[in-house]
Amino acid sequence: MAELATRAVPLAGAHGGTASVRLKPASSAHRISLRAGEDAVSTLSTTLGLSLPTQPKTSASSGSRTALWLGPDEWLVIDEGEGGLVEAARSSGAVHSATDVSHRNTAILIEGPGSSDALNGGCPLDLSLKAFPVGSCARTLFGKIEVVLLRTGEQSFRLECWRSFSEYAFGLLREAALDAE
Amino acid sequence: MTSHRIKGAGRLTPARKARFTFDGKIYTALEGDTVASALLANGVHLMGRSFKYHRPRGILSAGAEEPNALLDVARDSARCQPNVRASVQEVFDGAIIQSQNRWPFLSFDIGGINNLLSPFFAAGFYYKTFMWPREAWAKLYEPIIRRAAGLGVAPKEEDPDHYANRFAHCDVLVAGAGAAGLTAALSAAETGASVILVDERAEVGGALLFDSGIVIDGKPGYDWAHGVLARLKAMPNVRVLTRTTVFGYYNHNFIGLAERVTDHLPRPNKSLPRERLWQVRAKKVVLATGAIERHMVFANNDRPGIMLASAARMYLNHYGVAVGSKVGVYTAHDSAYEAAFDLKRAGIDVVSIVDCRAKPNEALLSAARVLGIEVLSGYSVVNTSGRLRISSMTVARNGSTNHRKIPVDALLMSGGWTPSVHLFSQSRGKLKFDAENQRFLPNIYAEACVSVGACNGTDEIGALLAEASAAGGGALNLSGESAYAWTGGMIGAAEGAGPDTAVKAFVDFQHDVTAKDIRLAVREGMHSIEHIKRFTTNGMASDQGKLSNMHGLAIAAEMLGKDIPQVGLTTFRAPYTPVTYGTLIAHSRGDLFDPARKTPLHGELVAAGAEFEDVGNWKRAWYFPRRGEDMHAAVNRECKTAREVAGIFDASTLGKIEVVGPDAAKFLNLMYTNAWDNLKPGKCRYGIMTREDGFIYDDGVVGRLAEDRFHVTTTTGGAPRVLHHMEDYLQTEFPDLKVWLTSTTEQWAVIAVQGPKARDIIEPLVEGLDLSNEAFPHMSVAECTVMGVPARLFRVSFTGEIGFEVNVPADYGASVWKAIWERGEALGACLYGTETMHVLRAEKGYIIVGQDTDGTVTPDDAGYGWAVSKKKMDFVGIRGLKRPDLIRSGRKQLVGLLTQDLTEVLEEGGQIVADPNEPKPMTMLGHVTSAYWSENLGRSIAIALVADGRARMGKTVYIPMKDKTIAATVTDMVFFDKEGGRIHG
Repeated sequence: MAELATRAVPLAGAHGGTASVRLKPASSAHRISLRAGEDAVSTLSTTLGLSLPTQPKTSASSGSRTALWLGPDEWLVIDEGEGGLVEAARSSGAVHSATDVSHRNTAILIEGPGSSDALNGGCPLDLSLKAFPVGSCARTLFGKIEVVLLRTGEQSFRLECWRSFSEYAFGLLREAALDAE
Repeated sequence: MTSHRIKGAGRLTPARKARFTFDGKIYTALEGDTVASALLANGVHLMGRSFKYHRPRGILSAGAEEPNALLDVARDSARCQPNVRASVQEVFDGAIIQSQNRWPFLSFDIGGINNLLSPFFAAGFYYKTFMWPREAWAKLYEPIIRRAAGLGVAPKEEDPDHYANRFAHCDVLVAGAGAAGLTAALSAAETGASVILVDERAEVGGALLFDSGIVIDGKPGYDWAHGVLARLKAMPNVRVLTRTTVFGYYNHNFIGLAERVTDHLPRPNKSLPRERLWQVRAKKVVLATGAIERHMVFANNDRPGIMLASAARMYLNHYGVAVGSKVGVYTAHDSAYEAAFDLKRAGIDVVSIVDCRAKPNEALLSAARVLGIEVLSGYSVVNTSGRLRISSMTVARNGSTNHRKIPVDALLMSGGWTPSVHLFSQSRGKLKFDAENQRFLPNIYAEACVSVGACNGTDEIGALLAEASAAGGGALNLSGESAYAWTGGMIGAAEGAGPDTAVKAFVDFQHDVTAKDIRLAVREGMHSIEHIKRFTTNGMASDQGKLSNMHGLAIAAEMLGKDIPQVGLTTFRAPYTPVTYGTLIAHSRGDLFDPARKTPLHGELVAAGAEFEDVGNWKRAWYFPRRGEDMHAAVNRECKTAREVAGIFDASTLGKIEVVGPDAAKFLNLMYTNAWDNLKPGKCRYGIMTREDGFIYDDGVVGRLAEDRFHVTTTTGGAPRVLHHMEDYLQTEFPDLKVWLTSTTEQWAVIAVQGPKARDIIEPLVEGLDLSNEAFPHMSVAECTVMGVPARLFRVSFTGEIGFEVNVPADYGASVWKAIWERGEALGACLYGTETMHVLRAEKGYIIVGQDTDGTVTPDDAGYGWAVSKKKMDFVGIRGLKRPDLIRSGRKQLVGLLTQDLTEVLEEGGQIVADPNEPKPMTMLGHVTSAYWSENLGRSIAIALVADGRARMGKTVYIPMKDKTIAATVTDMVFFDKEGGRIHG
């Protein structure tokens, strides 16, 4: 039996932020990129244990799982618990594509009264509560990179990006946080 | 030093002082002063030298339109900025301010000789003079022109300040916080709309800052403005940005703002950005940008002490500064009278109002009489004198040659007001000419935008307030009165501008363009305003002709005998006023300039001493030098070791796309030239992808994991565009296919282990898989467990040796890499980088798309015709490949080249000819695409694109270089292990 591999997460030890914007790398999570047609939504929802959102820019959560609408046939499903997303999707029997992207993505948590200002340092979306209420999500731009943004609370966001872009994302957030009110 | 501050006048607090230096001399200012008001308070009018003639210049305006007083403002040697407008920059304690475009001193400037030589520097001088000889351009003319051009000097040190960016959205953006802007903002805000109100000055108020004659809602205009400001600031739906310029109006109400955050602070908090770029998307834009007063065009109208009447009024009423003690006024418009009255009431001697109009407004005349100010109506100022400051004005009755010289130390002028339609024009709105008032006004709107107040030609205060309130969408009921209703104004050259061609009557102060220059341009055949502008450079300075455009246009129209609308107006473009590069760049500096992508193995590569190269945004290990090795030695060692023992390589950047769905094979059949339906799960195949035109787009190995699941690899640089290309076809051409694409490039860390000992190295780490040749031959793929984590193992090779690519989830990559290297090192393997990878693949004749191909190479040209299916009915590129030009003979084909001198390594890009003695231009056969020293072969090798290359096997071709001509023999592309046995172990 060979020795077991150990895990090294992106952004280990990264820190930054201000009194009004707290930044920290999110813990590791299970993720799939889920692709399926309209006809598969209800069975996939059942086996995944949450109802896959069908409205643009919305998300749905249940237990440790959150599904983010990214397109008419595309969701990012995040599980901060035990995982089993690929298997759950497969058990639906519906035609779909579930691809593990747990290690492709990493996330940064942004919290505090200045969090939307800090994000607007690089993100062109209207992040007012009116236009982007709690639970909203979008695949969008942050500076020069693509990110998936999820509003987890009135003053808290989860920013998902590909791992090699995470240093850039964290650096830009750290700088933009200094200018947030 | 005498202070020119008037007790009781202005709004600054006398106790709050700031000290600064101007050209090395220490001066005292009050907090809130601009550099201009502070210098004027100290009696300094001379602030700069003009661009071309080096004429002494003073302050002309009190706003953003300033063309003359451009200074260098610094905090220290790194924090300095040239060409700062004295009328905009606020004084801060410790400011180091210097004049520009003079040597050795501002008061005595050698360059002033240009003024005497000015007959030689007429408009178009450069175009005509520097025509010949042609050789003189690069060495003589261009350096001279470059040295003479521009005013300030850019700082050489890195900018230590930082800049911020902010995206924002609002219902209503109001540009300008004068009476109209404040009203529109309040009106909108009271409806609950989100409002951003922007003004370029430090304080809101606009014209209310100087115009003491306006009463709104029963209050003096300035007090009313501050009352409104307080109300707006208390509303949560309003953001007021002062010291902020709306510099650009882009598509769909996308508005660029530059906020100057710290430029006025003596000791700014380091956490503050110097400037902040705002990128605002507004549902509606209200333009309340006001109007800019014009100067009068007459002889020697540019001496220090000559300024706009409204500027003098601003310096008095806001800053409490007298611009002179014996003041003359020259006007074509009523507004200058009110300036004269304010000055006179403040105790300043106003010697005369010279009004070029025959019959000025009677109410103004009688007010002037009451104040004891002489009015010369139907007169013009025809000349001025004074070297570094005006000392007299010469006046004459219009049409008369009887001159009267009147001593003055300041001359205020007003040619009327030009509505500020710059932003409206930037929004692609169409202007119309208001002939009665000689001005262009907004007419047809292209955006959700409305103009209010002076910029819309609405001058009367009551009408202005009503218009602004309506534009805001609310219903404020405000009353307003002004002391006088203004009339008058003129555009073009006044009496004193001559027909005399020697007279310098300035139209454009910043570029030293005079009325005679414009006339000359017309005489030389320029009939379009666009040509006249370029010939004379009128309006082409950094002030973009805010003062000069209308005058220039009128003079041209008069010369051409046309109406003004027929001559046209030049286009206004962003930015409205200059914006620093720092602001536009904002956060994109240093590490944030561009993302530096690092693989999960990066830390291990650094620890192993790798040198890195940039491949797209990726940092890739290039080679791993050991102590005392240069790149050449390191690469030679890596190449030898990989073939003799094994090499370990970080291949994580390889693009990866998961293609999943019942129609996955069908889709790949359409995207690649080869066939995929007959590929069994557990097997891999090398695939070539062409574009619609039949040329190679990308290549890579594709593994079939299951009936409905493929693991596609692409080149590192091709990953994003290949995914987009595939997604594009899937969505637009083949939308019926049940298949989905997901980028998994970053899901996997990829460790390539290549060489005779590759299997020995990884075998103990892999579970659940027989790695023997029989069970897992070349071009196999399997899902297995490596060190306890789920992995995908590929038996593939880009070296021609036995090869494995170990894919593990990225977070485990570093740990697995360490274990593999520990075993590899013990067996005598090496780490290798991209350079060795390139050499090893070239030894085998494997191409690199983008290096050996350039977008004009077909699979057959590359020698990969076997990879194009003859059976498939359709794939992207199938028709392109049948085009006559792609199947003709004589096309350039990839072949090998062996130099006849073994040690001679060709240069990539070197041109290839058949006959080196052919007279130039020679017939070129192609070029070298790859060339390396091969330590394994003990000689140089190269790949080249050569016309009819495969027919030239064994023939000699030549590569002419600067200092020699290299002979090489055409061969096939496989240089090492031609039989290809090694790859199978």
